[in-house]
Amino acid sequence: MKLRLRIWRQPSAEAKGKMVSYVIEGVSEDASFLEMLDVLNERLIAEGEDPVAFDHDCREGICGACSLVIDGQPHGPQAATTTCQLHMRKYADGDTIDIEPWRAGAFPVIKDLVVDRSAFDRIIQAGGYISAPTGTAPDAHAVPVPKPDADAAFSAAACIGCGACVAACPNGSGMLFMAAKVAHLGLMPQGQPERHTRVLGMVAAHDEAGFGGCTNVGECSAACPKEIGMDVIGRLNADFRKAAARAA
Amino acid sequence: MSMDYYREGDPVADTKAPDGPIAERWERRRFSGRLVNPANRRKLRVIVVGTGLAGASAAATLGELGYRVANYCFQDSPRRAHSIAAQGGINAAKNYRNDGDSVHRLFYDTVKGGDFRSRESNVHRLAEVSTEIIDQCVAQGVPFAREYGGLLDNRSFGGAQVSRTFYARGQTGQQLLLGAYQALERQVAAGTVEMHTRHEMLELIIVEGRARGIVVRDLVTGEITTEIADAVVLATGGYGNVFFLSTNAKGCNVTASWRAHRQGAYFANPCYTQIHPTCIPQSGDHQSKLTLMSESLRNDGRVWVPKAHGDDREPGDIPEDERDYYLERRYPAFGNLVPRDIASRAAKAVCDEGRGVGPGGLGVYLDFADAIARLGRDAVAAKYGNLFDMYKRITGENPYERPMRIYPAVHYTMGGLWVDYDLQSNIPGLFVTGEANFSDHGANRLGASALMQGLSDGYFVLPNTISDYLADGPFEAVAEDHEAVAAARRDVEDRIAFFLGNDGDRSVDSFHRELGKIMWEYCGMERTDEGLRKAIGLIRDLKDEFYKRVKVTGKAAELNQQLEKAGRVADFFELGELMCIDALHRTESCGGHFRAESQTEDGEALRDDERFSYVAAWEFTEEAPVLHKEALEFEYVKPTQRSYK
Repeated sequence: MKLRLRIWRQPSAEAKGKMVSYVIEGVSEDASFLEMLDVLNERLIAEGEDPVAFDHDCREGICGACSLVIDGQPHGPQAATTTCQLHMRKYADGDTIDIEPWRAGAFPVIKDLVVDRSAFDRIIQAGGYISAPTGTAPDAHAVPVPKPDADAAFSAAACIGCGACVAACPNGSGMLFMAAKVAHLGLMPQGQPERHTRVLGMVAAHDEAGFGGCTNVGECSAACPKEIGMDVIGRLNADFRKAAARAA
Repeated sequence: MSMDYYREGDPVADTKAPDGPIAERWERRRFSGRLVNPANRRKLRVIVVGTGLAGASAAATLGELGYRVANYCFQDSPRRAHSIAAQGGINAAKNYRNDGDSVHRLFYDTVKGGDFRSRESNVHRLAEVSTEIIDQCVAQGVPFAREYGGLLDNRSFGGAQVSRTFYARGQTGQQLLLGAYQALERQVAAGTVEMHTRHEMLELIIVEGRARGIVVRDLVTGEITTEIADAVVLATGGYGNVFFLSTNAKGCNVTASWRAHRQGAYFANPCYTQIHPTCIPQSGDHQSKLTLMSESLRNDGRVWVPKAHGDDREPGDIPEDERDYYLERRYPAFGNLVPRDIASRAAKAVCDEGRGVGPGGLGVYLDFADAIARLGRDAVAAKYGNLFDMYKRITGENPYERPMRIYPAVHYTMGGLWVDYDLQSNIPGLFVTGEANFSDHGANRLGASALMQGLSDGYFVLPNTISDYLADGPFEAVAEDHEAVAAARRDVEDRIAFFLGNDGDRSVDSFHRELGKIMWEYCGMERTDEGLRKAIGLIRDLKDEFYKRVKVTGKAAELNQQLEKAGRVADFFELGELMCIDALHRTESCGGHFRAESQTEDGEALRDDERFSYVAAWEFTEEAPVLHKEALEFEYVKPTQRSYK
């Protein structure tokens, strides 16, 4: 198929960016979206132009590196699908596709479609863990975990840290990412001792990193390729209220 | 064999391997190794390259112990290392199922699964430590699958007759890596680990015979810097991307290992490559990687092809008695759960016979109809839902209604830098963990053993063995302008300048694809003397052309993904040649290394223990590689012809 791509090009963090149009022909419908960009880049290299920079790695939807806003939607039009798992059979011959980087104050553009998401690591550093130094663990069966809790924890822990939630949020909030980790660890018995310090630390780091506040819009969950539900935000808010009251 | 390709040097010995009863060796080594007292640890600096299971767990644990750690990864976050993509599970000899498992059985299965080309001492330690890993991960809050009583669930996996695999839906690697990542970030917050993301190691710095540092490139600014320490740990993963198409992430590369190899570190058994039997077949020339469907699917899926050649009916229209469930037929004891190498070759065999399915006849069916009838669709979805969804997204076909099509793909590399029992390479101060080393899987890795090894090395083995080396530190300070540092840095800058200045006309990827095709054709599932010799010639020619014609756009002082790739592919050329030489010299078949000239009447791999019961450790020279043999001894598991019938 033949497509018209309009891609955000920005040579560096400081430079001004703009949308640039490219026409690409002979795209296979079995190609993934990123493979379609590979084909474009091969052509740009042959023509002596700078290829389009984009983050990607595993290309199987789990590493969380890929991060394109496609026609205004983080990771594009297919629900529960990362950009790398989106395939061109979703598109028709003659389509025009807009491709932009994540847009959020806390995720500055580095080049073209590549953004800096290190703020997520800083949120985890502020409490997104259980303090269990190597060698200190009791037998794995010492503490049973009710299956519904383990399953719910897993669902929250399935977050891949891609940042689509932030890109989708009109406030640029990192609430869903943060709440997924708070919910995962808060649902496990091992996570209880640090439950309150965790939520206070992570929320403070989130705000400091420049993410916006959460107003329960719900775009985050709709854009999430791992379908993390809004319920995790309720859990975070409940934990935060208790922790703040206790700290006061 | 022709001596043109290599020459033989002195044998190599694992001088750290303890003796005595195998079950006591690890304890004896821990006791005999020297310790560093807590007050001195903060004076010692350790570089860890890589943040996958082996790197993140090592960096976190060394930080907890009080060492000063500098941790590097090329990804934008340590959480994205490729361990994250491991689907199936992690083995541990917990015997929670009371089905006869034990440390000794896991040890036995792993030595046998590796086709008697691994070290008994190392494998036994791995089996011992396996139980501690599960405890550690549970304590970190890893949400493993559980049963209704709240206890951990297990599944069975290829190459074993017990259920010892712990899992977290089809995302076990993700959950284990996030556990290690979180432990790592905790140490970053505590100030014991300095994390450097988007940095790539491009050279190893050796001063007075010791590994003392690395040269790195900041992938955002292009700045070249050097980092000096008392020891360097490479946890930089495997080299499956030499095949271009593999299940590895696009960024996986051999550069850190290869640079160390060029500086003198031996590269062991490079030809041992694991071809995974259950991957989604290639769909066209645009293909940039292959996607694995977890081996755990073979627990409930049945593998078959039509009995008749060229039968192109829809799978549902082929009656039961016209299907060949060839694994169940050929291996009645293990059936669909035979080890990976056997399943892969069996798939190739039926496709070579012309009974393959799907485009190009390069595929076999993996059918869940029986499992869905027996367990119900919901139960199957609970176990494999995310894998089924992934398959559907990639192929556009629904595996609940139509059998999956699968075909083997390069997945894991058992070879890697040579290390002793302490995980130290032959360069003092250079340690290698996880897939980057060669030590535990022999010629074939069993499913759910990679996660076990990565975490075993990082959490429990390296932090205990590295202290024996660091006890001699801190080593003398090395200045930025020291000749060895300046030379390493200059080499890196020269390579970058070459690529950017080359007046070429072909992209890096076009060369990488071509190299991958040569490797897959001649050094893939089946290797022959003639094919390997041909491959070596083709690789040398292509490498010459690469240096003449490669075109790298952009500048040095910016984010430049073409430049990153160029350096990696340059190293893959040299590695690819060494893999072929290793495969050529090893005229036996073993595990993932199948030489067509050495097979049983049934077409199984035929080892030659008389001549090849050794580790091939290769030394780099500018002329031809030098082979150092490390003899393997089997006191506890007597080598036999593997049989899964």
